[in-house]
Amino acid sequence: MTVTPPPRRLPGRRPAGAARGWLLLLPALGAYVGFVVWPLGMGVQYSFYDWNGVGQATWVGLENYVTVFSDPELRGAIGNAFVLLLFFTVIPVGTGLVLATLIRSLRSGAFSRASQTILFLPQVVPLAAAGIAWSWMYAQTGAVNEVLSAVGLGGLTRPWLADYDTALPAVGLIGSWVLTGLCTVLLLTGISKIDRSLYEAARIDGAGWWREFFTITLPGLRQEIAVLVTLSVIAALSTFDIIYTSTQGGPGRSTLVPGISIYRIGFTQSDVGLASAFGIVLMVLVIACILPIQRLARAGER
Amino acid sequence: MADIDGARRRTKRVSAALAAAVTAGSMLASCAPGSGAGGASDTPEPAEVSTELTTEDVTLTIADETGFPLTDELTAEFTRQHPNITFDINRDTFQNLTANAPRLLASDNPPDLIRLPTIGETVKDGLLADLDPYYEAYGWDAWPDAQLEPLRMSEDGVRGSGSLYQLGLGYSVTGVYMNLELAAELGIDGPPQTMAELEEDLATAEAAGVLPIVAGDKDGVVNFVVQAAMNQYADQDEFLSWMYNEPGARYDTDGNVQGAELIQEWADAGYFPEDINSLDYFAFVSRFTEGGGLFTFNGNWEAATYQKALGEDVSFFLVPPLKEGDGHVAMGAANSFSVAAKSPHKDEIVYFLDWVHTDEEARQIVLDVSGASAGGDPDLPLPDAEPGSLAEAALEMSAQIGRENGQVDFMANTTAGIYSGSIIPESQLLVTGRITGEEFVQRVQAFYEKEVGE
Repeated sequence: MTVTPPPRRLPGRRPAGAARGWLLLLPALGAYVGFVVWPLGMGVQYSFYDWNGVGQATWVGLENYVTVFSDPELRGAIGNAFVLLLFFTVIPVGTGLVLATLIRSLRSGAFSRASQTILFLPQVVPLAAAGIAWSWMYAQTGAVNEVLSAVGLGGLTRPWLADYDTALPAVGLIGSWVLTGLCTVLLLTGISKIDRSLYEAARIDGAGWWREFFTITLPGLRQEIAVLVTLSVIAALSTFDIIYTSTQGGPGRSTLVPGISIYRIGFTQSDVGLASAFGIVLMVLVIACILPIQRLARAGER
Repeated sequence: MADIDGARRRTKRVSAALAAAVTAGSMLASCAPGSGAGGASDTPEPAEVSTELTTEDVTLTIADETGFPLTDELTAEFTRQHPNITFDINRDTFQNLTANAPRLLASDNPPDLIRLPTIGETVKDGLLADLDPYYEAYGWDAWPDAQLEPLRMSEDGVRGSGSLYQLGLGYSVTGVYMNLELAAELGIDGPPQTMAELEEDLATAEAAGVLPIVAGDKDGVVNFVVQAAMNQYADQDEFLSWMYNEPGARYDTDGNVQGAELIQEWADAGYFPEDINSLDYFAFVSRFTEGGGLFTFNGNWEAATYQKALGEDVSFFLVPPLKEGDGHVAMGAANSFSVAAKSPHKDEIVYFLDWVHTDEEARQIVLDVSGASAGGDPDLPLPDAEPGSLAEAALEMSAQIGRENGQVDFMANTTAGIYSGSIIPESQLLVTGRITGEEFVQRVQAFYEKEVGE
């Protein structure tokens, strides 16, 4: 790098260049401020008011935030969202890793291509539709119970989404079903970028499948895994559509999640202030979960 | 090196975004949300109202829910009789419409007439037209008070008194449908006359392996049964004053607890479907049409569906009282519509509303399309229903409830959020024996206090 800057032209050129730069940035910045920053600011502002969305608003300070943390129902919703992390993140990423490794070891051809496509298909189905379709399959007379009866496990049959113990895992598995395909395909792409010679070297050194997996595949996929974990953590904590179309939070409040609560508080009870406060808390929670993941992924680069 | 540069750029971008956010925030903070909206306007309605229909060409707009063709049929007939009036009907799902109603009404171009299940805070915010001047002008005082009471709201936001803000396009009544084929097999030869007889019939069915009550509670319909039980024990006025949000009114009364405890007993006795919490409204209706159980609790709006599916093997009657000969109490409500305060065509749209209650053709359409009673002056002739049909039974039930003054509102209409926020989840716990009747009542009361803010 040169240390001496041209003393005269630079001060003259910079503002002009900067102005042009800002001008070019304006459309994107405008859209960003108008559709992200502005609504976010409004949400923050609403969260300090008691407001029904139309009439006069009353300043209440932090009261809405106190409610979010003190109301057992709302805390329960947050707890359920964290249980869903298991089904939206751990299961799909774990299964995706296993499947991607298995497909990689297949000779590439019609079979491997077909299995990729089939695994990815659930990703094409809208989540709302998946929720409805699965709620039929989980019903007392649905496909899940029919299969169980057919294989002699009739004693296990139950209305899965109406049972207090199985409703949340059952809903979570819909998420696993949707996300596993995405994870597999993305991880498969990641694997194909790993240098083949690494695998050959490992094999010459006498490494088995497990050794290969842990010393080459897993570290090589660090970036992809970070992206998938980030996406799926957001999906888990802010989930709405699957629950809304399958259980609406029931039975009781066993599948109630923040998304459903916020929607009800804001649009049914018209308590825009409390809904905004809960939304902000949810956003902070999501960021708090994602930042460490990002840091871990970046630490690995060095 | 590249990494550090990137990191710096990121930091800059983040701080720029933060700065923008803070600026935006401080700009916003200078004015409280909603202060620009209409607010509670004190401008009195001009008392000049006309009961004469204009001769000019006018297009009236109606916001209604999807799946209910009644307004289509009524407006078509109205335009046939009065060709200068045409209608523009916008439909949205019940959920969306109710969620958006306040914003629609507050907009610069609101619909003239809107389906509005609960008044909520719309009156306080000055969004609805006061219909009292028309009440005088049209002579609606001849209509049953009990029918219009739930459609009134006082200045303090208490329903049941004050000015009239809504009218019904049809008025519902609820009761019990009985599958006569199953009843005959069980040796039950007529509708129960008391709650005790009803319980005997339930026990008979259960003993014979027939499901006693077809009910669903994924979306809360079991509360037709829960409230039917409460209605028989509770003090009617006390219960109503709670549904109208009168100050100090409570849900946790002895009568309501007794009713909820009866439901708990029925749940423990296995009178409800095992998968009740996974059955939504449509599954609940279709299960009864398929002969899935002896009784089901529902309203006159399903009379045509049940008749079509079960033919002559079904009857419809009011929930029996505790003691034979006592008056009946049943839920019923207007299919309620409100006129927007900002509507430029109030005279025309109210003329239409009055016409629905009084015109012979219109009253027939209300019955034929929705199975409901058109309401209005009880001295007007009832529309024609097929003799012996469920529709005829429903009309007679409406008339009987009117005579006995036994109509109560649905508790789901108490506040905007109480149904999905409390009654549904708690009733799911109640009908599966997870909480007691007393707990149910106390939890709903606690939610009510939180929402009404007392």
